[in-house]
Amino acid sequence: MVSSTYPLRAATDPEALLDGRVYGRTDDDARLKEIAQVLRADIVRMLAAAPSGHTAGPLGMAELLTALYFNAMRHDPSRPDWEDRDVFFLSNGHTAPVLYAALARSGYFPLSELSTLRRLGSRLQGHPERKALPGLESTSGPLGSGLSQAAGYAHVVQNIDKVRHRFVYTIMGDGEIDEGNVWEAAMFAGKYRLGNLIAFIDRNNIQIDGATEDVMPLTNLRAKWESFDWHVLEIDGNNVRAVVDAIQLGKAVSFAPTMIIAHTVPGKGVPFIEYDHRWHGKIPTQEQAETALRCLKGHA
Amino acid sequence: MSTYPIAVNALTEPHLEPIRFGFGRGLLAAGEADERVVALCADLTESTQMHLFANRFPERYVGVGIAEQNLVTVAAGMAHAGKIPFASSYAAFSPGRNWEQIKTTAALNDQPVVVVGSHAGINVGYDGATHQMLEDISIMRVMPNMRVIAPGDSLEAERATLAIAASPAPSYLRLARDKTPIFSTPDAPFEIGKAYVLAEGRDLTLIATGTMTYHALVAADLLSGRGVSVEVIHVPTIKPLDDATILTSVRKTGRAVTLEEGQVAGGLGGAICELTAGAHPVPVLRLGMQDRYGESGGPTELLEKFRLTGALVAQDVDRMLQAATP
Repeated sequence: MVSSTYPLRAATDPEALLDGRVYGRTDDDARLKEIAQVLRADIVRMLAAAPSGHTAGPLGMAELLTALYFNAMRHDPSRPDWEDRDVFFLSNGHTAPVLYAALARSGYFPLSELSTLRRLGSRLQGHPERKALPGLESTSGPLGSGLSQAAGYAHVVQNIDKVRHRFVYTIMGDGEIDEGNVWEAAMFAGKYRLGNLIAFIDRNNIQIDGATEDVMPLTNLRAKWESFDWHVLEIDGNNVRAVVDAIQLGKAVSFAPTMIIAHTVPGKGVPFIEYDHRWHGKIPTQEQAETALRCLKGHA
Repeated sequence: MSTYPIAVNALTEPHLEPIRFGFGRGLLAAGEADERVVALCADLTESTQMHLFANRFPERYVGVGIAEQNLVTVAAGMAHAGKIPFASSYAAFSPGRNWEQIKTTAALNDQPVVVVGSHAGINVGYDGATHQMLEDISIMRVMPNMRVIAPGDSLEAERATLAIAASPAPSYLRLARDKTPIFSTPDAPFEIGKAYVLAEGRDLTLIATGTMTYHALVAADLLSGRGVSVEVIHVPTIKPLDDATILTSVRKTGRAVTLEEGQVAGGLGGAICELTAGAHPVPVLRLGMQDRYGESGGPTELLEKFRLTGALVAQDVDRMLQAATP
């Protein structure tokens, strides 16, 4: 645990941690929406207390992580290594804050630890390190390798160990799929018919240098994945019910891996961050964080 | 006297076999012994000798196509799911092309992926510089949490493969294409992290790895005929390095020569200089590739061109000793 001081009072204020609540799995729409907003508030507080980090991506992905950790995935925070669990690989590791928030709100580690993000001695490394924190399934940050790892895991479960009830999930950024490694994995998962693999592309249309369609166009994205023998769904990724339903459909398709193209709003929930690619790798000031928290409360 | 068992007539009439053949047998045996062992290959199944495993255990063999980044990252995922994956290609491509994926998803992530780089070294021959992997020891040795193993002959490759499978951890296993002499015997020892004194001597320590150990033995034999007493140390594990065995020897001889089929910068030569500079500084002559690429040619022609045969090594060592004599 780190002992440094934090600039943002709210980060360590128990009141600000929304009574320190930990959530279990639920299928209630209102509760899932609430959890997504709680994750967003955690992200804002965590980043405002951190020395640096990424803001837009994590905020936009809150419904994806909510649907996974609080609805779809079989997991047990008291047994992170439970051998019968579903597994999630975060491929775009720079969005770690949303994963850390989901893990903390699931009960993998104390909520108070969120305020140590990126600090010396913290288990919440700038990009996720598997060995550092319970609940992490891999080490990621360099882009393009999560889908391969998820596919390798899924191949073992489905085709070697022949276990039918476990599912493997991964999320990639849309800019991330510029990486060639992704397409090697796409071919692999199609070939081995990994029906237990459900992947997301966080389609928020931004990457560091600007709009994805300007930097490197992802034209006909759906057709690209279909041509690699994937089952492809396209949804509003900020509608948690749509995410939950898409996962269920993906689980029902056993003959092919499922790609869920989740259209999301970068910075979702905080109007002055939404759609602005300059918020990719920037953190809010204390004043901006307080404004952001008020926005989020209004929409909760 | 060294207790390491050297094969009968190893120097005069050695039995020849590619090192990768021993890997193929070892992997098959490892697969029989432990069902967690799985194999992946990037479209070079027979070249890397993985076909023995693939034919025996088709469900535990994974072909990934010509995709080295996917090769090691799929392996990392399989390792996380409880398997012990051996992922093979040519060393020029893996770890030549996918170093970052190996670092992030295997080494830093601490998954027991075994990167098997076949066709390493200059002995690939006619394929030329693009396919002659000479930098693999250097780039893998600097990776924290990675073991680097270069067996000296096919029998040792078999032992090394079994030893790696029995102690799962991120590893790099270096193999060669060409037939090379077998100097060890079937009952020779192998332990990860151990160096072996093959011949005792007083005047200098000749430290070799992989295919070059045989040439070190030849050089030592020639030099002994000229009255030079050479201690030969075989270093199949470049990382973790057996500091004690090497330092004991150089404290006695006061002089070291390293010999490898790869770049001396960062390779075994670099490792020995780092060790001795810190613990017991001695003059070190580094024999191997001297900051240049290879080229097309027959394996023996190339070894001669780059002065990596026993006879030429003996000449270079002689020259070193003469230069050092006042």
